[in-house]
Amino acid sequence: MWTGIILSLRQELAITVIIFLLLFIKIGAREYRTESLLRLVNALLAVNLVLGFFPVSDSVLFSGMFHTNGMIVLEKNILNLGTLIVSLLAYDWLKDHPQALEFYVLLLATLTGFFFMISSGHLLLFYLGLELSTIPLTALSSFDLEKRRSSEAGMKFIISSAFSSALLLFGISLLYGATGTLGFDAIARHLDGSAFQLFAFILILSGFAFKISVVPFHLWTADVYEGSPVSVTAYLSVISKGAVFFIFVQTLYTVFRPMADSWYRIVVLLSVLTMLTGNLFALRQSNFKRLLAFSSIAQSGFILAGITGSSRSGDASVIYFILIYVFSNLGAFGVVSLVSAATGKEEIDDYKGLYSTNPLLSWVMAISLFSLAGIPPTAGFFGKFFLLMAGAGKGNYTFIVIAALNMVISLYYYLRVIKVIFMETQPQPIARLKIPLMPNIAFILCLVGTLVTGLIGWVYDYIYSLSIGL
Amino acid sequence: MNLSLFIVVPILTAIIALLSPGVATVRRISLSGVTVQLLLSIVLTVLYMRRRAAGDLTPMLFQDRHSWFSVLHIDYHIGVDGISVAMILLTAFVMLAAVLVSWRIVSMGKEFFVLLLVLSAGAYGFFISLDLFTLFFFLEVSVIPKFLLIGVWGSGRKEYSAMKLALMLMGGSALVFVGLLGLYYHTAVFGHGGWHSFDLADVASTHLPLAVQRTFFPFLFIGFGIFTALFPFHTWVPDGHSSAPTAGSMFLAGISMKLGGYGCIRMALLMPEAARAYSPYIVTLAVIAIVYGALATMMQKDLKYINAYSSISHCGFILLGIGMLTSTAIRGAVLQMISHGLMTALFFAAIGMIYDRTHTRAVEKLGGLLKVMPFISTVFVVAGLCSLGLPGLSGFVAEATVFMGSWERPGGAYHLATILACASIVITAVYILRATGQVVMGPLKDPQHNVLTDATWNERLAGIVLISGIIAMGVAPFWLNELIAK
Repeated sequence: MWTGIILSLRQELAITVIIFLLLFIKIGAREYRTESLLRLVNALLAVNLVLGFFPVSDSVLFSGMFHTNGMIVLEKNILNLGTLIVSLLAYDWLKDHPQALEFYVLLLATLTGFFFMISSGHLLLFYLGLELSTIPLTALSSFDLEKRRSSEAGMKFIISSAFSSALLLFGISLLYGATGTLGFDAIARHLDGSAFQLFAFILILSGFAFKISVVPFHLWTADVYEGSPVSVTAYLSVISKGAVFFIFVQTLYTVFRPMADSWYRIVVLLSVLTMLTGNLFALRQSNFKRLLAFSSIAQSGFILAGITGSSRSGDASVIYFILIYVFSNLGAFGVVSLVSAATGKEEIDDYKGLYSTNPLLSWVMAISLFSLAGIPPTAGFFGKFFLLMAGAGKGNYTFIVIAALNMVISLYYYLRVIKVIFMETQPQPIARLKIPLMPNIAFILCLVGTLVTGLIGWVYDYIYSLSIGL
Repeated sequence: MNLSLFIVVPILTAIIALLSPGVATVRRISLSGVTVQLLLSIVLTVLYMRRRAAGDLTPMLFQDRHSWFSVLHIDYHIGVDGISVAMILLTAFVMLAAVLVSWRIVSMGKEFFVLLLVLSAGAYGFFISLDLFTLFFFLEVSVIPKFLLIGVWGSGRKEYSAMKLALMLMGGSALVFVGLLGLYYHTAVFGHGGWHSFDLADVASTHLPLAVQRTFFPFLFIGFGIFTALFPFHTWVPDGHSSAPTAGSMFLAGISMKLGGYGCIRMALLMPEAARAYSPYIVTLAVIAIVYGALATMMQKDLKYINAYSSISHCGFILLGIGMLTSTAIRGAVLQMISHGLMTALFFAAIGMIYDRTHTRAVEKLGGLLKVMPFISTVFVVAGLCSLGLPGLSGFVAEATVFMGSWERPGGAYHLATILACASIVITAVYILRATGQVVMGPLKDPQHNVLTDATWNERLAGIVLISGIIAMGVAPFWLNELIAK
C-alpha cells in the first residue's frame, strides 16, 4: 500500500526531498560555495525532471482527495521543465545573491503547492495547494532585498492574492452550502445551474481570474512583474500561470460541466476583454518586463479562447499551448534576465543595436518573440492555431475574428522589439555578454523546444490522447 | 519526382550558408542553391508535361502525403497541377536573378542570403501545398524574412514600411485563418459523423452549402487579396516595395504578390458558387485597382514608386481575370502572374542597378543613361516595354488573354469593365514611355554620371535570365498555355 502511495506521489515527494536536502545543508554546513550549490540544485532538478517521465498507472488516493493520471503527470512534467529552465537562467543573478539557498527552498515550496493543487480532487486540497504556493511566491517577488520596487511588488502581490483567496473561499463556502460537499465528483453531481450556484461559480472564477491575470482582475500583474526579480517574474508568468490554468481547465470541464452553457458565455467575454486589454496596453510600454507582463495577459486571453472549445480539443490545445509558452516565454525572459543581471538595463530602448554586439542573444529573443506572436515555423504558430481552432469548434466565428485580429495587434509590439534589436543603433549598445554554461543550456532547451515542438506532430497527438474526453 | 525537394533544397542551402564563414563563400553557396532550384523546376516542368502528354488525367500529379497531426487529420500533403508548376518555374527564375543582383551586398551578407533562401522555401512550399493547413503555414513563414529584409537592408523609411507590410500581410493572414477554420468545420469526410479536414480535395468533394460558402469566401478572398494588392488594401505595396532592398523588392513584387493571386484562384475554384455570387464585387475592385494604380503611377517621381504603383495596376489584371471566372480569363490571370513576376523583377533589378551607381531614384535627376550604361538601360527599356504590353514580350500574351477571357463573360457591366481595363493600357504607355524617355534617352543630365560603369557579370546574368524568360513567354506562349490549361 505504501509503495502505491509513494509512486503516485513521487513527483511531490521528489521536490520535498530536495527541499529538505537544502534545509539540511543550511543547518549542517558551516559554509558552502554558492556556485557549487547552484550546480547541485540544477542537477537535482534535471534528475527530477527525468524521473517524472517514468510511467505510473492512474490512481486515486485518500478517498478522492488526491488523484493522478497521464495528463496530470504530463502537466507536472511541464512545470518541472519550466522550473529547471527558470533555475538555469537564474544562475547569473543568484551566484552573487546572499540567499540563493532560501530562494530555492521557497521556489520549490511553491512548486509542491502547485503539484498538490493540480492533483486535487477536493476543494480543500485545492485551496491548500494554492496557498502553499502563493505565500512563498510573495516572498520570492520581494527577493531583491535591497530594492524598494521589489518589496513593493511583494506587498502588492500579497494584498491582491489575499483578496483573490478571499473571493475564492467565499465561492467555495457558497458552493458547499449549495451542494453539501467539497469533492469534485460529488459537486458535479449536485450542480443544476441555479442562480445561487452560478453566483458561487462566479466568485470562484474571479479567484482563478486573479491568478491567471484575466481582465478585470489583472491590475496587479504589470506592477508585480516589473518589480520582482526577472527570474521570479519568469516563474510567475509561466509556471504559476500554467499551473493555475491546468487546474482551471480541469475544474471547468469536470466540476462545472453541468453549467457549461453559462460559463461558455462568461469565458468568451473574459477572453475578448483580456486579449484586447493586454494587447492595447502592451503597445505603449517602454519597460521590457512590463511589455512581457501585458503580453502574458494577452496570451491568457488566447488560452481562454481555447478553453471555450469542446472539452477534448480545448483541453489538449491549452496544455499544448502552455508547453510551447514555457519555451518561448522563458526564452524571452532568459535574455532579459541575462542582460539585467549583467548591466541592470531593463528598458526596451536599451536593447538598441543588440544585434551588433550579441547576435546569438538577439536571435534567441527574436525566435522567442516570433513564437509568442504565433509566426511559423516556430511552435507558437501551432499553439495559437490549435487554440483558436478549438475555440472555433463551437461555431462562434465573430469571436474567432476578434481573436485573429488580436494576433495582428500583438504582432506590432513584438516586431517593435525586433526592430529595436536589429534595425536601430545607439552609441553605446549593450556590451558583448559572456553567457555562462547554465543559461546556455537553458537557451538551447528553449530554442529546441520553440523550433521543434510544433513541427513534430506527435507531441500534439500525444497530448490529445491524454486529454479529458467527455 | 519528389516535390519535397523544393522545400529541402533551399532550407539545406540556408543551413550550409549559415554554417560557412565569409560572405564570399555564402554567396557562392546561395548561387549554387538557387541554380539547383532552377534545374529542379525545369526538370519538374518537363516531367509534368510528359506525364500529361502520356494521358495522365489525375488533377494533381507527383502527390506525396504524410500524416502530420493525425488526431486533427492534418496532413503534409503536396502535389502539383499546371498552375503550381508554372508558379514554381517563376519562383526559380526570380530567385536566381535575386541572388545574382545581391552579389555585392556587404553588411550582414550571410544573414541576407539565408533569409532570402528561407523566403524561397516558403514560396515553394505554398505552391505545392494541397492541404490548407500546410498552405497557411507556408504563407506565414515568409513574414519574418520579409520584415527583416526590408527593415535591415532597406532604404528610406524602412522601419515604417517593414512594419506596415508585416502588419497588413498579417491582417490578411488573419482573415485567411478564419476562413480556413470555417471551411474545416464544414467539411465532413465520409458523410455524417466523419471527421473534418483541411485537405483541398476533401473540401472540394464536400458540397459546401451556399450559405457557408458565402460566409467564408470573402474572408479567404480578401485575405489572399491583401497579398496581391486588392483595392483598398493595397497601401502596403508602394511603401514596402520602395523601401526594400533590390532583391527584396524583386521577391515581394515578383513572387510574394503571386502567393495572394494563387490563393485567390484556388479559392475561386474551390467555392465556385460563392465566387460567382461575389464576382461583380471582385471585378469592380479589380477595375478600380487597375485604373487607380495606373493614374497614381502617373504622379510618381521615384522609379521604385513608379514600379510599385504600376504593380497595383498590373495585379488588378490578375484579380480581374479571377473575377470574370471564365476559363480563358483564369488562364490569363495565371499568365499575368508569371509575366508580371518576371517583368517586375526585371524592372526592380534595373532600378536597383541604376540606384547603386547614381544613388538616386528620382526621375528628374536622371537622364541619358543609355550613353554610359547601355546594358542596364536596355534592361530597363525591355522591362518597360513588357509592362506596357508590347507584342513579342510576355506582357502582351498575358494581358490579351485576360481581356479575351473577360469579354467572354456575358453582360454589359462586365464588358464595360473589360473596356475600362483595356483603356488603362494607354495610361500605362504614357507613364512607361515618359519614364523611359527621361531616364534613358536624351543628353546626360548629370555630368557626374559620365564616370559610371555598366553592368557587372552578375548583373548581366540576372538581366539575361529574366529577359530570356520574358521573351520565351512572349514569342512562344503555347507551351505555357498548354501547361496551365491541363
